[in-house]
Amino acid sequence: MRETATLIVRRGNAGDAATTSSYEVPYTPGQSVLDGLRFVRANLDETLSVRHACINANTCKECMIVIDGKVEYACTARLEPRDMVLEPLGNKAHLRDLVTEITPPDERLEHALKTGVGKVAAGA
Amino acid sequence: MDVVELKTDVLVIGSGAAGMMAALEAANGGVSVILADRSLISRSGATIMAQMTVAVALGSQTPDSPEFHLADTLAAGRDLCDVSLAQLVCEEGPRDILQLDEWKVGWARNANGSIRQAHAPGHDRPRCVYVDFLSTGPAVAKTLRTRVVRQKEVTRVGDLYITDIVVTDGAATGAVGFSLADGRPVAISAKAVVIATGGLTRLYQRNSASANMGGDGYALALRAGATLTDMEFVQFFPIGHLAPRLVGMDPIMWDPFRYKLGGRLLNAEMREFVNDYGNEEAGTYNVTRDRATFAILSEVKAGRGSPAGGAYLSFQHIPEAELRASFGPVIDKLAANGIDLTQMPIEVAPIAHYHMGGVKVDAAMRTGVPGLFSCGEANGGSNGANRLSGNAITEAFVFGRTAGHSAARFAKAAGNADAPVPAGALDLAAAGGPKEGENFAGLIAELQAVMAADVGPFRTEESLTRALGAIAGLKARLGAVPPGAPGPYNMARLDWFDLRTMLLVAEVVTLCAIARKESRGAHQRDDFPAMDDAFVLHHTVTLDGDAIVLGRTPVEGRTIREVA
Ligand SMILES: Cc1cc2nc3c(=O)[nH]c(=O)nc-3n(C[C@H](O)[C@H](O)[C@H](O)COP(=O)(O)OP(=O)(O)OC[C@H]3O[C@@H](n4cnc5c(N)ncnc54)[C@H](O)[C@@H]3O)c2cc1C
Ligand code: FES
Repeated sequence: MRETATLIVRRGNAGDAATTSSYEVPYTPGQSVLDGLRFVRANLDETLSVRHACINANTCKECMIVIDGKVEYACTARLEPRDMVLEPLGNKAHLRDLVTEITPPDERLEHALKTGVGKVAAGA
Repeated sequence: MDVVELKTDVLVIGSGAAGMMAALEAANGGVSVILADRSLISRSGATIMAQMTVAVALGSQTPDSPEFHLADTLAAGRDLCDVSLAQLVCEEGPRDILQLDEWKVGWARNANGSIRQAHAPGHDRPRCVYVDFLSTGPAVAKTLRTRVVRQKEVTRVGDLYITDIVVTDGAATGAVGFSLADGRPVAISAKAVVIATGGLTRLYQRNSASANMGGDGYALALRAGATLTDMEFVQFFPIGHLAPRLVGMDPIMWDPFRYKLGGRLLNAEMREFVNDYGNEEAGTYNVTRDRATFAILSEVKAGRGSPAGGAYLSFQHIPEAELRASFGPVIDKLAANGIDLTQMPIEVAPIAHYHMGGVKVDAAMRTGVPGLFSCGEANGGSNGANRLSGNAITEAFVFGRTAGHSAARFAKAAGNADAPVPAGALDLAAAGGPKEGENFAGLIAELQAVMAADVGPFRTEESLTRALGAIAGLKARLGAVPPGAPGPYNMARLDWFDLRTMLLVAEVVTLCAIARKESRGAHQRDDFPAMDDAFVLHHTVTLDGDAIVLGRTPVEGRTIREVA
């Protein structure tokens, strides 16, 4: 059995041409895909963005991505000792790498600005 | 680069139970509120992860009174509780629990319709209300969120990371940060600011925390000129899940299991050991968290730990039918993880779980900095050296509501004076430096390893001094500006801001732990193993420029001996 998993990850900012990065991560049975991605960030490439808060409890629901073509939570999907293709959700606005805009519309900064609690100013 | 300027009467930072209660109460007071969170509103802190117990002297199960609840709270706090704060939690808890009931949170009921109360360790009687043994937190979060959404005076802004509180002439007048979705710097002008950012358990390698629990509120408060108290007291949860890897479940899930079914804690020799350490546990789970932590870590130290470095927890003596009857759906989830409790023990170890220390406040949740209030786990003092099971959610309700009330009054009294955000306040959020070859996510992991090894539940002068050195080394590598340029969901920048916070807070915890040359509750010094009356005091922390200044204050209110 292979001792590593290979994560093939869609990279780039919104609107950029799609590129991928490939990362080989250690594999231990029972680990989640998020475990693998967190290993990448701490050891191989910190520029990879994948949003997550709770890591274990599966309560925040922030880590939803597309794994081998299927929508799943990265924190509950199993890491497997093979090539795994990871992409951002296709039905949400893309922000960066595996991150999409999942904030409810009325909880975004844009919405707050529309309700008149603020303005955009030319900054420093 | 464009910047966003928001304006409100009251800014609440953090949307757990404390922040949502504060926002609701402030809006009730007739002022406008912005409820900001670095992640999703109501979803991303400890509140939604809380499992079961909410301690409150309702007396619906057995006669009870806030005085009895207070006596247990003070006893657990080992002489260090700020009594005025503990008293507030115990006396006002019932009001908020009943309010949540009216809002249909769904507290579990007895057959006769009364609210059911469970008996948790450290309480003298059944006192903990709950929704379900694993879903109290989600129910609380959802109920409060529903109320907040209906409250038109509250503007919710998620993915807004607050980096600093703005202080003008010594008073809090807003905050600055950046929008995670696009990286734009954001300045919020507010007449009053409420910190509701939760705890710091992400400082440790093994924790029950979310990625948002790096202690942000402590750093925000310190830099704004407020005082922290009791920062040496980090609560470890003794039987956090260790192995085999278990996904989709909270690592503290074994508590109700052990409590209900009497799981056996075994060492590498498959022998029960908890009673070897002066405890008298017989079948039930009644040893307090600090004692169980001590027993497990002592076995590991003696070379009798489980393979992954903890203890075994075994339910093999319990018939499958009984396991299923008690925890049916969870048994299936465990099976999906390849865990069959009838066939194998699992491995557990102490994990960082809750912070007793925090922002020093009075009973109106004032921090001492005019216009700055604090509530929830971000506060220190109410739990002394050790927290009772179930008190954290109650405290989040009571402190949150109180802070919201005080902040609204303060904002109203402030009138219409506008406080512009001072020049330079947004510099850090807008700054970007070339990448210098540091991986800040990796440095966070390094810090977590240092804290686990040297500032864990058992400390010595030597280990703590070593940790200070390591923290200084990491600080030097942090540098003065975040890497890269602001942009959509730039996590490398997020890591930099998190590390900036975590290093300051880690240093504060370590310095306080060095100063407390005794063992008390959650703070155990191998080199000073006994409790010492000379340390019935709070260590306080303030910042003078960049320098951390330690102080001492007496314990307020009655001591436990007078109460008992
Ligand atoms: C797994 C687990 C189980 C628990 N079980 C129980 C239990 O059974 N009973 C009990 O009484 N207690 C329990 N606790 C403790 C209890 O849940 C917490 O103490 C309590 O929920 C804290 O509430 P809070 O509102 O103060 O903070 P939180 O709920 O943690 O909310 C803090 C919020 O602040 C936000 N935030 C942080 N920093 C920033 C920033 N810089 N800018 C903007 N937003 C920010 C976070 O994203 C988060 O949403 C448990 C804790 C955990 C982790
Ligand atoms: S990280 Fe929270 S649900 Fe996956």
